[in-house]
Amino acid sequence: MLKIKGLSYTVSDENGTKKILNGIDLEIDTGRFVVITGPNGGGKTTLAKAIMGIVTPDSGSIEFDGTDVTSLSVTERARLGISYAFQHPPRFKGLQVTELLSIAAGKKLSTNECCAYLTKVGLCTEDYLDRDIDSSLSGGELKRIEIASILARNSSLMIFDEPEAGIDLWSFSRLTQTFESIHRKTGSTIVIISHQERIIRLADEVILVAGGAVTHRGNADTVLPHIGDPISYCSVKEA
Amino acid sequence: MAKLSQIELNMLRQIADLHKVPEGAYNIRRNGESAGRNSSENIEIVSKTDKPGIDIIIKPGTKNESVHIPVIISKTGYSETVYNDFIVGEDCDVLIIAGCGIHNSGCDTSKHDGVHTFHVGKNSRVKYVEKHYGDGEGTGEKIMNPQTIVYLDEGAFIEMDTTQIRGVDSTHRYTRIELAAGSETLLLEKLMTHDRQKADSDMEIILNGEDSRARVVSRSVAQGESEQVFHPSVVGKARCFGHVQCDTIIMDSAKVRSIPAIESDCVDAQLVHEAAIGRIAGDQLLKLMTLGMSEQEAEERIISGFLK
Ligand SMILES: Nc1ncnc2c1ncn2[C@@H]1O[C@H](COP(=O)(O)OP(=O)(O)O)[C@@H](O)[C@H]1O
Ligand SMILES: [Mg+2]
Repeated sequence: MLKIKGLSYTVSDENGTKKILNGIDLEIDTGRFVVITGPNGGGKTTLAKAIMGIVTPDSGSIEFDGTDVTSLSVTERARLGISYAFQHPPRFKGLQVTELLSIAAGKKLSTNECCAYLTKVGLCTEDYLDRDIDSSLSGGELKRIEIASILARNSSLMIFDEPEAGIDLWSFSRLTQTFESIHRKTGSTIVIISHQERIIRLADEVILVAGGAVTHRGNADTVLPHIGDPISYCSVKEA
Repeated sequence: MAKLSQIELNMLRQIADLHKVPEGAYNIRRNGESAGRNSSENIEIVSKTDKPGIDIIIKPGTKNESVHIPVIISKTGYSETVYNDFIVGEDCDVLIIAGCGIHNSGCDTSKHDGVHTFHVGKNSRVKYVEKHYGDGEGTGEKIMNPQTIVYLDEGAFIEMDTTQIRGVDSTHRYTRIELAAGSETLLLEKLMTHDRQKADSDMEIILNGEDSRARVVSRSVAQGESEQVFHPSVVGKARCFGHVQCDTIIMDSAKVRSIPAIESDCVDAQLVHEAAIGRIAGDQLLKLMTLGMSEQEAEERIISGFLK
Protein backbone atom coordinates (compact mmCIF):
# COMPACT_ATOMS: atom_id res chain seq x y z
CA MET A 1 0.00 0.00 0.00
CA LEU A 2 1.14 3.50 -0.88
CA LYS A 3 0.22 6.22 1.63
CA ILE A 4 0.90 9.85 0.85
CA LYS A 5 0.19 12.50 3.46
CA GLY A 6 0.30 16.28 3.11
CA LEU A 7 2.79 16.25 0.25
CA SER A 8 3.86 19.74 -0.80
CA TYR A 9 6.52 20.92 -3.20
CA THR A 10 7.47 24.48 -4.01
CA VAL A 11 9.94 25.82 -6.55
CA SER A 12 11.37 29.28 -6.74
CA ASP A 13 12.59 31.01 -9.84
CA GLU A 14 12.88 34.60 -11.05
CA ASN A 15 9.09 34.93 -10.99
CA GLY A 16 8.88 34.10 -7.31
CA THR A 17 7.80 30.91 -5.62
CA LYS A 18 5.29 28.50 -7.04
CA LYS A 19 3.50 25.73 -5.27
CA ILE A 20 3.53 22.70 -7.51
CA LEU A 21 2.16 20.13 -5.08
CA ASN A 22 -0.25 21.52 -2.56
CA GLY A 23 -0.78 19.14 0.32
CA ILE A 24 -1.58 15.92 -1.53
CA ASP A 25 -3.18 13.12 0.49
CA LEU A 26 -3.54 9.85 -1.33
CA GLU A 27 -3.78 6.16 -0.50
CA ILE A 28 -3.48 3.44 -3.10
CA ASP A 29 -4.09 -0.17 -2.08
CA THR A 30 -1.73 -2.90 -3.17
CA GLY A 31 -2.69 -4.53 -6.45
CA ARG A 32 -4.83 -1.66 -7.65
CA PHE A 33 -4.82 -0.29 -11.17
CA VAL A 34 -5.04 3.47 -10.87
CA VAL A 35 -4.97 6.14 -13.53
CA ILE A 36 -3.94 9.68 -12.67
CA THR A 37 -5.20 12.24 -15.13
CA GLY A 38 -5.59 15.99 -15.27
CA PRO A 39 -4.52 19.12 -17.13
CA ASN A 40 -0.97 19.73 -18.28
CA GLY A 41 1.04 21.39 -15.57
CA GLY A 42 -1.27 20.04 -12.87
CA GLY A 43 1.56 18.31 -11.00
CA LYS A 44 1.18 14.65 -12.06
CA THR A 45 4.80 14.13 -13.06
CA THR A 46 6.03 15.95 -9.99
CA LEU A 47 3.89 13.70 -7.81
CA ALA A 48 5.28 10.58 -9.50
CA LYS A 49 8.84 11.85 -9.14
CA ALA A 50 8.23 12.58 -5.47
CA ILE A 51 7.08 8.98 -4.98
CA MET A 52 10.21 7.70 -6.76
CA GLY A 53 12.44 10.07 -4.75
CA ILE A 54 13.61 12.10 -7.74
CA VAL A 55 11.91 15.19 -6.34
CA THR A 56 12.30 16.00 -2.65
CA PRO A 57 9.12 17.51 -1.22
CA ASP A 58 9.15 20.40 1.29
CA SER A 59 6.76 18.63 3.59
CA GLY A 60 4.60 15.57 3.88
CA SER A 61 5.35 11.88 4.02
CA ILE A 62 5.32 8.83 1.78
CA GLU A 63 4.88 5.33 3.12
CA PHE A 64 5.28 2.27 0.93
CA ASP A 65 4.31 -1.22 2.08
CA GLY A 66 4.65 -0.18 5.71
CA THR A 67 8.04 1.56 5.31
CA ASP A 68 8.38 5.32 5.62
CA VAL A 69 10.37 6.10 2.46
CA THR A 70 10.20 9.89 2.74
CA SER A 71 13.90 10.26 3.44
CA LEU A 72 15.13 7.32 1.36
CA SER A 73 17.17 7.76 -1.83
CA VAL A 74 16.00 6.84 -5.32
CA THR A 75 18.17 3.72 -5.24
CA GLU A 76 16.74 2.58 -1.91
CA ARG A 77 13.18 3.09 -3.07
CA ALA A 78 13.94 1.23 -6.30
CA ARG A 79 15.26 -1.68 -4.26
CA LEU A 80 12.12 -1.65 -2.12
CA GLY A 81 9.97 -2.12 -5.22
CA ILE A 82 9.07 1.30 -6.59
CA SER A 83 9.62 1.91 -10.28
CA TYR A 84 8.90 4.80 -12.61
CA ALA A 85 8.80 5.00 -16.40
CA PHE A 86 9.89 8.52 -17.29
CA GLN A 87 7.64 10.84 -19.26
CA HIS A 88 10.79 11.98 -21.09
CA PRO A 89 13.26 9.10 -20.91
CA PRO A 90 16.95 9.96 -21.25
CA ARG A 91 19.09 8.75 -24.13
CA PHE A 92 22.48 7.12 -23.56
CA LYS A 93 25.58 6.88 -25.74
CA GLY A 94 26.81 3.34 -25.47
CA LEU A 95 23.97 1.56 -23.70
CA GLN A 96 22.18 -1.09 -25.69
CA VAL A 97 18.54 -2.06 -25.34
CA THR A 98 19.41 -5.53 -24.02
CA GLU A 99 21.79 -3.96 -21.50
CA LEU A 100 19.16 -1.57 -20.18
CA LEU A 101 16.62 -4.37 -19.87
CA SER A 102 19.19 -6.52 -18.06
CA ILE A 103 20.02 -3.72 -15.63
CA ALA A 104 16.30 -3.32 -15.00
CA ALA A 105 15.80 -7.04 -14.42
CA GLY A 106 18.84 -7.20 -12.16
CA LYS A 107 20.26 -10.10 -14.14
CA LYS A 108 21.56 -10.86 -17.60
CA LEU A 109 18.53 -11.49 -19.80
CA SER A 110 18.57 -13.89 -22.71
CA THR A 111 17.65 -12.77 -26.21
CA ASN A 112 14.31 -14.51 -25.82
CA GLU A 113 13.52 -12.78 -22.57
CA CYS A 114 14.39 -9.37 -24.03
CA CYS A 115 12.30 -10.09 -27.11
CA ALA A 116 9.34 -10.98 -24.92
CA TYR A 117 9.46 -7.61 -23.15
CA LEU A 118 9.84 -5.71 -26.40
CA THR A 119 6.94 -7.57 -27.97
CA LYS A 120 4.76 -6.49 -25.07
CA VAL A 121 5.32 -2.86 -26.02
CA GLY A 122 4.75 -3.49 -29.72
CA LEU A 123 8.36 -3.31 -30.85
CA CYS A 124 9.38 -5.67 -33.60
CA THR A 125 12.13 -7.17 -31.57
CA GLU A 126 15.27 -8.58 -33.24
CA ASP A 127 16.13 -5.23 -34.82
CA TYR A 128 16.25 -3.45 -31.51
CA LEU A 129 18.22 -5.75 -29.24
CA ASP A 130 21.68 -4.38 -29.87
CA ARG A 131 20.68 -0.84 -30.78
CA ASP A 132 22.12 1.90 -28.61
CA ILE A 133 19.55 3.93 -26.70
CA ASP A 134 20.80 7.11 -28.32
CA SER A 135 19.54 9.77 -30.69
CA SER A 136 19.13 7.20 -33.46
CA LEU A 137 15.88 6.04 -31.83
CA SER A 138 12.65 7.90 -32.53
CA GLY A 139 10.68 9.38 -29.63
CA GLY A 140 8.09 6.61 -29.81
CA GLU A 141 10.74 3.86 -29.87
CA LEU A 142 12.52 5.39 -26.90
CA LYS A 143 9.26 5.63 -25.00
CA ARG A 144 8.41 1.99 -25.60
CA ILE A 145 11.88 0.81 -24.56
CA GLU A 146 11.37 2.85 -21.39
CA ILE A 147 8.12 1.01 -20.71
CA ALA A 148 9.80 -2.33 -21.47
CA SER A 149 12.46 -1.51 -18.86
CA ILE A 150 9.75 -1.17 -16.22
CA LEU A 151 8.14 -4.44 -17.32
CA ALA A 152 11.56 -6.13 -16.98
CA ARG A 153 12.00 -4.59 -13.55
CA ASN A 154 8.72 -6.16 -12.43
CA SER A 155 8.41 -4.11 -9.24
CA SER A 156 5.54 -4.23 -6.82
CA LEU A 157 4.68 -0.61 -7.70
CA MET A 158 4.95 0.47 -11.33
CA ILE A 159 4.32 4.06 -12.29
CA PHE A 160 4.07 4.90 -16.00
CA ASP A 161 4.13 8.56 -17.00
CA GLU A 162 2.08 9.16 -20.17
CA PRO A 163 3.06 5.84 -21.76
CA GLU A 164 0.88 6.57 -24.80
CA ALA A 165 2.88 9.62 -25.90
CA GLY A 166 4.33 9.30 -29.39
CA ILE A 167 2.97 5.80 -29.91
CA ASP A 168 1.04 4.67 -32.95
CA LEU A 169 -2.44 3.19 -32.67
CA TRP A 170 -1.39 -0.39 -33.21
CA SER A 171 1.27 -0.29 -30.52
CA PHE A 172 -1.11 1.57 -28.28
CA SER A 173 -3.60 -1.24 -28.34
CA ARG A 174 -0.80 -3.75 -27.71
CA LEU A 175 0.21 -1.62 -24.75
CA THR A 176 -3.24 -1.48 -23.21
CA GLN A 177 -3.42 -5.28 -23.43
CA THR A 178 -0.08 -5.44 -21.67
CA PHE A 179 -1.25 -3.22 -18.81
CA GLU A 180 -4.41 -5.28 -18.45
CA SER A 181 -2.48 -8.50 -18.36
CA ILE A 182 0.07 -7.34 -15.76
CA HIS A 183 -2.88 -6.25 -13.68
CA ARG A 184 -4.54 -9.61 -14.03
CA LYS A 185 -1.47 -11.79 -13.63
CA THR A 186 0.66 -10.02 -11.03
CA GLY A 187 -0.12 -8.55 -7.68
CA SER A 188 1.66 -5.35 -8.65
CA THR A 189 0.16 -1.94 -8.08
CA ILE A 190 -0.06 -0.06 -11.37
CA VAL A 191 -0.27 3.71 -11.56
CA ILE A 192 -0.56 5.20 -15.02
CA ILE A 193 -0.50 8.90 -15.72
CA SER A 194 -2.57 9.29 -18.86
CA HIS A 195 -4.90 11.44 -20.91
CA GLN A 196 -6.24 8.52 -22.95
CA GLU A 197 -9.83 7.53 -22.32
CA ARG A 198 -9.00 3.93 -23.32
CA ILE A 199 -6.47 3.70 -20.52
CA ILE A 200 -8.65 5.64 -18.09
CA ARG A 201 -11.44 3.12 -18.68
CA LEU A 202 -9.16 0.22 -17.72
CA ALA A 203 -8.58 1.62 -14.24
CA ASP A 204 -10.10 0.43 -10.98
CA GLU A 205 -9.95 4.02 -9.96
CA VAL A 206 -9.28 7.38 -11.60
CA ILE A 207 -7.62 10.24 -9.77
CA LEU A 208 -7.85 13.77 -11.10
CA VAL A 209 -4.87 15.93 -10.21
CA ALA A 210 -5.06 19.63 -10.95
CA GLY A 211 -3.44 22.69 -9.47
CA GLY A 212 -1.15 20.50 -7.40
CA ALA A 213 -4.03 18.79 -5.61
CA VAL A 214 -6.29 15.77 -5.92
CA THR A 215 -9.60 17.24 -7.00
CA HIS A 216 -11.63 14.12 -7.77
CA ARG A 217 -11.36 10.36 -7.38
CA GLY A 218 -13.68 7.61 -8.44
CA ASN A 219 -14.52 5.47 -11.43
CA ALA A 220 -14.08 6.69 -14.97
CA ASP A 221 -17.70 7.75 -15.33
CA THR A 222 -17.68 9.95 -12.27
CA VAL A 223 -14.28 11.54 -12.90
CA LEU A 224 -14.21 11.98 -16.68
CA PRO A 225 -16.90 14.70 -16.72
CA HIS A 226 -14.66 16.87 -14.54
CA ILE A 227 -11.66 16.79 -16.83
CA GLY A 228 -12.96 19.84 -18.63
CA ASP A 229 -13.85 21.75 -15.49
CA PRO A 230 -13.04 25.45 -15.56
CA ILE A 231 -9.42 26.20 -15.12
CA SER A 232 -10.14 28.27 -12.00
CA TYR A 233 -9.68 25.39 -9.58
CA CYS A 234 -6.68 24.06 -11.36
CA SER A 235 -4.78 27.31 -11.42
CA VAL A 236 -1.62 26.90 -9.41
CA LYS A 237 -2.05 28.30 -5.95
CA GLU A 238 0.48 30.83 -4.82
CA ALA A 239 2.72 29.73 -1.99
CA MET B 1 59.10 -17.03 -25.98
CA ALA B 2 60.92 -15.66 -22.93
CA LYS B 3 59.35 -16.30 -19.57
CA LEU B 4 57.09 -13.44 -18.50
CA SER B 5 56.17 -12.49 -14.93
CA GLN B 6 52.55 -12.40 -13.71
CA ILE B 7 52.60 -8.61 -13.94
CA GLU B 8 53.80 -8.77 -17.53
CA LEU B 9 51.21 -11.37 -18.45
CA ASN B 10 48.52 -9.18 -16.93
CA MET B 11 49.68 -6.25 -19.03
CA LEU B 12 49.49 -8.40 -22.16
CA ARG B 13 45.92 -9.27 -21.29
CA GLN B 14 45.05 -5.61 -20.75
CA ILE B 15 46.58 -4.24 -23.91
CA ALA B 16 46.26 -7.04 -26.41
CA ASP B 17 43.69 -9.38 -24.89
CA LEU B 18 46.41 -12.01 -25.10
CA HIS B 19 46.11 -15.00 -22.82
CA LYS B 20 48.69 -17.12 -24.58
CA VAL B 21 51.12 -16.95 -27.45
CA PRO B 22 49.21 -15.38 -30.33
CA GLU B 23 48.53 -17.15 -33.57
CA GLY B 24 50.29 -15.92 -36.66
CA ALA B 25 52.95 -13.26 -36.72
CA TYR B 26 53.91 -11.48 -33.52
CA ASN B 27 56.62 -9.55 -31.79
CA ILE B 28 56.57 -8.98 -28.04
CA ARG B 29 58.87 -6.20 -26.93
CA ARG B 30 59.78 -6.13 -23.25
CA ASN B 31 62.01 -3.49 -21.66
CA GLY B 32 63.60 -2.81 -25.01
CA GLU B 33 64.26 -6.43 -25.97
CA SER B 34 62.35 -8.97 -27.96
CA ALA B 35 60.61 -11.43 -25.66
CA GLY B 36 59.30 -13.47 -28.56
CA ARG B 37 58.87 -13.16 -32.29
CA ASN B 38 57.29 -15.11 -35.07
CA SER B 39 57.04 -14.31 -38.76
CA SER B 40 54.47 -16.13 -40.82
CA GLU B 41 54.54 -17.11 -44.46
CA ASN B 42 52.97 -13.82 -45.51
CA ILE B 43 53.99 -11.50 -42.70
CA GLU B 44 57.64 -10.92 -42.08
CA ILE B 45 58.98 -9.12 -39.03
CA VAL B 46 62.60 -7.91 -39.15
CA SER B 47 64.60 -5.79 -36.73
CA LYS B 48 65.78 -2.42 -37.89
CA THR B 49 69.54 -2.10 -38.07
CA ASP B 50 69.91 1.67 -37.77
CA LYS B 51 67.57 2.34 -34.84
CA PRO B 52 65.32 0.48 -32.39
CA GLY B 53 62.23 -1.01 -33.92
CA ILE B 54 60.96 -3.42 -36.52
CA ASP B 55 59.71 -3.55 -40.09
CA ILE B 56 56.54 -5.50 -40.62
CA ILE B 57 56.25 -6.51 -44.22
CA ILE B 58 52.95 -7.91 -45.37
CA LYS B 59 52.90 -9.63 -48.75
CA PRO B 60 50.39 -8.50 -51.37
CA GLY B 61 47.15 -10.48 -51.26
CA THR B 62 47.47 -11.49 -47.58
CA LYS B 63 43.95 -11.96 -46.26
CA ASN B 64 42.43 -12.64 -42.86
CA GLU B 65 45.73 -12.65 -41.03
CA SER B 66 46.77 -10.81 -37.92
CA VAL B 67 49.94 -9.39 -36.37
CA HIS B 68 50.38 -8.76 -32.64
CA ILE B 69 53.08 -6.31 -31.63
CA PRO B 70 52.61 -5.51 -27.94
CA VAL B 71 55.14 -3.51 -25.96
CA ILE B 72 55.56 -3.84 -22.21
CA ILE B 73 57.76 -1.95 -19.83
CA SER B 74 58.06 -3.32 -16.33
CA LYS B 75 61.42 -1.80 -15.40
CA THR B 76 61.12 1.52 -13.58
CA GLY B 77 62.97 4.41 -15.17
CA TYR B 78 63.14 2.78 -18.59
CA SER B 79 62.66 5.14 -21.57
CA GLU B 80 62.66 4.32 -25.24
CA THR B 81 61.77 5.56 -28.68
CA VAL B 82 60.83 2.79 -31.06
CA TYR B 83 60.28 2.97 -34.81
CA ASN B 84 57.92 0.50 -36.42
CA ASP B 85 57.21 0.53 -40.13
CA PHE B 86 54.34 -1.38 -41.66
CA ILE B 87 54.57 -2.10 -45.34
CA VAL B 88 51.22 -3.52 -46.40
CA GLY B 89 51.11 -4.79 -49.99
CA GLU B 90 48.17 -4.48 -52.37
CA ASP B 91 44.86 -6.29 -51.86
CA CYS B 92 45.46 -7.30 -48.26
CA ASP B 93 42.97 -7.60 -45.42
CA VAL B 94 44.79 -7.71 -42.09
CA LEU B 95 44.39 -6.99 -38.42
CA ILE B 96 47.22 -5.33 -36.53
CA ILE B 97 47.08 -5.37 -32.76
CA ALA B 98 49.51 -3.04 -31.07
CA GLY B 99 49.44 -1.71 -27.53
CA CYS B 100 51.68 -0.62 -24.74
CA GLY B 101 51.58 -1.36 -21.07
CA ILE B 102 53.83 0.25 -18.49
CA HIS B 103 54.05 -1.12 -14.98
CA ASN B 104 56.01 1.28 -12.84
CA SER B 105 56.68 0.25 -9.27
CA GLY B 106 59.54 2.69 -8.74
CA CYS B 107 59.96 6.43 -8.58
CA ASP B 108 61.61 7.09 -11.95
CA THR B 109 59.78 7.95 -15.14
CA SER B 110 59.12 5.16 -17.62
CA LYS B 111 58.40 6.23 -21.16
CA HIS B 112 57.51 4.68 -24.48
CA ASP B 113 57.50 6.81 -27.61
CA GLY B 114 56.26 4.71 -30.49
CA VAL B 115 56.71 6.05 -33.98
CA HIS B 116 54.60 4.06 -36.41
CA THR B 117 54.52 4.52 -40.13
CA PHE B 118 52.05 2.68 -42.33
CA HIS B 119 52.19 2.32 -46.08
CA VAL B 120 48.94 0.70 -47.10
CA GLY B 121 48.90 -0.60 -50.67
CA LYS B 122 46.11 -0.27 -53.22
CA ASN B 123 42.74 -1.66 -52.20
CA SER B 124 44.06 -3.10 -48.96
CA ARG B 125 42.08 -3.07 -45.74
CA VAL B 126 43.78 -2.70 -42.38
CA LYS B 127 42.28 -2.68 -38.95
CA TYR B 128 44.69 -1.32 -36.38
CA VAL B 129 43.85 -1.73 -32.70
CA GLU B 130 45.98 -0.04 -30.05
CA LYS B 131 45.52 0.02 -26.28
CA HIS B 132 47.58 1.98 -23.81
CA TYR B 133 47.58 1.10 -20.16
CA GLY B 134 49.62 1.92 -17.08
CA ASP B 135 49.69 0.58 -13.55
CA GLY B 136 52.06 -0.02 -10.66
CA GLU B 137 52.24 1.30 -7.14
CA GLY B 138 55.33 3.49 -7.73
CA THR B 139 55.37 7.27 -7.96
CA GLY B 140 57.32 7.23 -11.23
CA GLU B 141 55.43 8.66 -14.17
CA LYS B 142 54.18 6.52 -17.01
CA ILE B 143 54.43 8.37 -20.29
CA MET B 144 53.46 7.36 -23.83
CA ASN B 145 53.82 9.55 -26.88
CA PRO B 146 52.64 7.67 -29.94
CA GLN B 147 53.19 9.14 -33.35
CA THR B 148 51.37 7.48 -36.20
CA ILE B 149 51.77 8.36 -39.85
CA VAL B 150 49.64 6.59 -42.42
CA TYR B 151 49.83 6.70 -46.21
CA LEU B 152 46.79 5.21 -47.89
CA ASP B 153 47.16 4.26 -51.55
CA GLU B 154 44.22 4.35 -53.93
CA GLY B 155 41.20 2.48 -52.66
CA ALA B 156 42.90 1.53 -49.39
CA PHE B 157 41.09 1.56 -46.06
CA ILE B 158 42.31 1.77 -42.50
CA GLU B 159 40.29 1.65 -39.31
CA MET B 160 42.28 2.79 -36.30
CA ASP B 161 40.79 1.94 -32.98
CA THR B 162 42.89 3.50 -30.21
CA THR B 163 42.15 3.36 -26.51
CA GLN B 164 43.97 4.75 -23.52
CA ILE B 165 42.48 2.72 -20.73
CA ARG B 166 43.90 3.97 -17.44
CA GLY B 167 47.07 4.90 -15.67
CA VAL B 168 48.93 6.89 -18.31
CA ASP B 169 50.23 10.05 -16.63
CA SER B 170 51.07 11.95 -19.72
CA THR B 171 50.46 11.37 -23.39
CA HIS B 172 50.95 13.41 -26.50
CA ARG B 173 49.45 11.69 -29.49
CA TYR B 174 50.12 12.73 -33.04
CA THR B 175 48.31 11.06 -35.90
CA ARG B 176 48.64 11.98 -39.54
CA ILE B 177 46.82 10.23 -42.35
CA GLU B 178 47.26 11.01 -46.04
CA LEU B 179 44.58 9.68 -48.32
CA ALA B 180 44.88 8.98 -52.06
CA ALA B 181 41.90 8.72 -54.40
CA GLY B 182 39.08 6.46 -53.24
CA SER B 183 40.75 5.63 -49.95
CA GLU B 184 39.01 5.82 -46.62
CA THR B 185 39.78 6.01 -42.94
CA LEU B 186 37.78 5.58 -39.77
CA LEU B 187 39.46 6.77 -36.58
CA LEU B 188 37.97 5.83 -33.26
CA GLU B 189 39.79 7.38 -30.34
CA LYS B 190 38.86 6.62 -26.74
CA LEU B 191 40.63 8.27 -23.90
CA MET B 192 40.25 8.37 -20.16
CA THR B 193 42.30 10.55 -17.82
CA HIS B 194 42.14 10.81 -14.06
CA ASP B 195 44.02 12.38 -11.14
CA ARG B 196 46.57 14.85 -12.53
CA GLN B 197 47.07 13.19 -15.89
CA LYS B 198 47.52 15.11 -19.10
CA ALA B 199 46.56 14.07 -22.60
CA ASP B 200 47.03 15.87 -25.89
CA SER B 201 45.83 14.49 -29.16
CA ASP B 202 46.67 16.09 -32.48
CA MET B 203 45.38 14.68 -35.72
CA GLU B 204 45.87 15.75 -39.27
CA ILE B 205 43.82 14.01 -41.88
CA ILE B 206 44.73 15.09 -45.39
CA LEU B 207 42.19 14.17 -48.02
CA ASN B 208 44.36 14.46 -51.12
CA GLY B 209 42.55 12.18 -53.55
CA GLU B 210 39.19 12.35 -55.27
CA ASP B 211 36.45 10.61 -53.31
CA SER B 212 38.58 10.01 -50.28
CA ARG B 213 36.67 9.79 -47.02
CA ALA B 214 37.53 10.25 -43.36
CA ARG B 215 35.53 9.88 -40.21
CA VAL B 216 36.95 10.72 -36.80
CA VAL B 217 35.06 9.82 -33.65
CA SER B 218 36.77 10.86 -30.45
CA ARG B 219 35.23 10.04 -27.10
CA SER B 220 36.86 10.90 -23.83
CA VAL B 221 36.26 11.07 -20.11
CA ALA B 222 38.23 13.55 -17.99
CA GLN B 223 38.15 12.95 -14.25
CA GLY B 224 39.91 14.40 -11.23
CA GLU B 225 42.22 17.27 -12.04
CA SER B 226 43.24 15.86 -15.39
CA GLU B 227 43.58 17.90 -18.56
CA GLN B 228 42.84 17.01 -22.16
CA VAL B 229 43.40 18.90 -25.37
CA PHE B 230 42.09 17.72 -28.74
CA HIS B 231 43.17 19.16 -32.05
CA PRO B 232 41.72 17.05 -34.84
CA SER B 233 42.01 18.67 -38.22
CA VAL B 234 40.67 17.49 -41.54
CA VAL B 235 41.94 19.05 -44.74
CA GLY B 236 40.09 18.56 -48.02
CA LYS B 237 42.16 19.01 -51.16
CA ALA B 238 39.83 17.31 -53.62
CA ARG B 239 36.23 16.17 -53.88
CA CYS B 240 36.02 14.31 -50.59
CA PHE B 241 34.07 13.76 -47.40
CA GLY B 242 35.30 14.37 -43.86
CA HIS B 243 33.52 14.25 -40.53
CA VAL B 244 34.99 14.91 -37.09
CA GLN B 245 33.10 14.32 -33.90
CA CYS B 246 34.57 14.96 -30.44
CA ASP B 247 32.53 14.12 -27.43
CA THR B 248 33.78 14.48 -23.85
CA ILE B 249 32.35 13.75 -20.43
CA ILE B 250 33.93 16.15 -17.99
CA MET B 251 33.94 15.45 -14.24
CA ASP B 252 35.29 16.79 -10.96
CA SER B 253 37.70 19.65 -11.68
CA ALA B 254 39.07 18.42 -14.99
CA LYS B 255 39.85 20.75 -17.88
CA VAL B 256 39.16 19.96 -21.52
CA ARG B 257 39.85 21.87 -24.73
CA SER B 258 38.33 20.51 -27.87
CA ILE B 259 39.35 22.32 -31.03
CA PRO B 260 38.29 20.49 -34.17
CA ALA B 261 39.26 22.15 -37.41
CA ILE B 262 38.25 21.67 -41.02
CA GLU B 263 40.07 23.20 -43.94
CA SER B 264 39.05 23.06 -47.56
CA ASP B 265 40.95 23.79 -50.76
CA CYS B 266 38.22 22.45 -53.00
CA VAL B 267 34.59 23.48 -53.62
CA ASP B 268 33.57 19.83 -53.71
CA ALA B 269 35.02 18.95 -50.33
CA GLN B 270 32.26 18.22 -47.85
CA LEU B 271 33.59 18.65 -44.32
CA VAL B 272 31.74 18.72 -41.02
CA HIS B 273 32.83 18.93 -37.42
CA GLU B 274 31.01 18.63 -34.12
CA ALA B 275 32.32 18.91 -30.60
CA ALA B 276 30.60 18.56 -27.26
CA ILE B 277 31.81 18.70 -23.67
CA GLY B 278 29.49 18.14 -20.77
CA ARG B 279 28.89 16.41 -17.50
CA ILE B 280 26.98 13.14 -17.26
CA ALA B 281 23.35 14.08 -17.69
CA GLY B 282 21.47 14.00 -14.40
CA ASP B 283 18.53 12.15 -15.89
CA GLN B 284 20.82 9.35 -17.12
CA LEU B 285 22.07 8.83 -13.57
CA LEU B 286 18.53 9.00 -12.21
CA LYS B 287 17.20 6.54 -14.74
CA LEU B 288 19.78 3.91 -13.75
CA MET B 289 19.20 4.66 -10.06
CA THR B 290 15.47 4.04 -10.50
CA LEU B 291 16.54 0.60 -11.72
CA GLY B 292 18.30 -0.05 -8.42
CA MET B 293 21.86 1.12 -9.10
CA SER B 294 23.69 3.34 -6.65
CA GLU B 295 24.80 6.71 -7.96
CA GLN B 296 28.37 5.47 -8.27
CA GLU B 297 27.39 2.28 -10.07
CA ALA B 298 25.29 4.34 -12.46
CA GLU B 299 28.19 6.69 -13.15
CA GLU B 300 30.58 3.82 -13.83
CA ARG B 301 28.09 2.16 -16.13
CA ILE B 302 27.54 5.34 -18.14
CA ILE B 303 31.28 5.93 -18.51
CA SER B 304 32.10 2.38 -19.50
CA GLY B 305 29.34 2.41 -22.12
CA PHE B 306 30.46 5.78 -23.45
CA LEU B 307 34.01 4.49 -23.93
CA LYS B 308 32.96 1.03 -25.10
N1 LIG C 1 11.87 22.20 -11.34
C1 LIG C 1 10.84 23.00 -11.68
N2 LIG C 1 10.99 24.33 -11.74
C2 LIG C 1 9.98 25.14 -12.08
N3 LIG C 1 8.76 24.70 -12.40
C3 LIG C 1 8.54 23.38 -12.36
C4 LIG C 1 9.57 22.45 -12.03
N4 LIG C 1 9.07 21.20 -12.09
C5 LIG C 1 7.79 21.35 -12.48
N5 LIG C 1 7.47 22.66 -12.63
C6 LIG C 1 6.15 23.19 -12.98
O1 LIG C 1 5.23 22.56 -12.15
C7 LIG C 1 4.01 22.36 -12.81
C8 LIG C 1 3.64 20.90 -12.74
O2 LIG C 1 4.49 20.17 -13.59
P1 LIG C 1 4.30 18.62 -13.87
O3 LIG C 1 4.37 17.90 -12.58
O4 LIG C 1 5.30 18.24 -14.90
O5 LIG C 1 2.85 18.58 -14.46
P2 LIG C 1 2.07 17.49 -15.31
O6 LIG C 1 2.90 16.24 -15.32
O7 LIG C 1 0.79 17.31 -14.61
O8 LIG C 1 1.89 18.05 -16.68
C9 LIG C 1 4.20 22.90 -14.20
O9 LIG C 1 3.69 24.20 -14.25
C10 LIG C 1 5.69 22.89 -14.37
O10 LIG C 1 6.09 23.87 -15.28
MG1 LIG D 1 3.80 15.20 -16.86
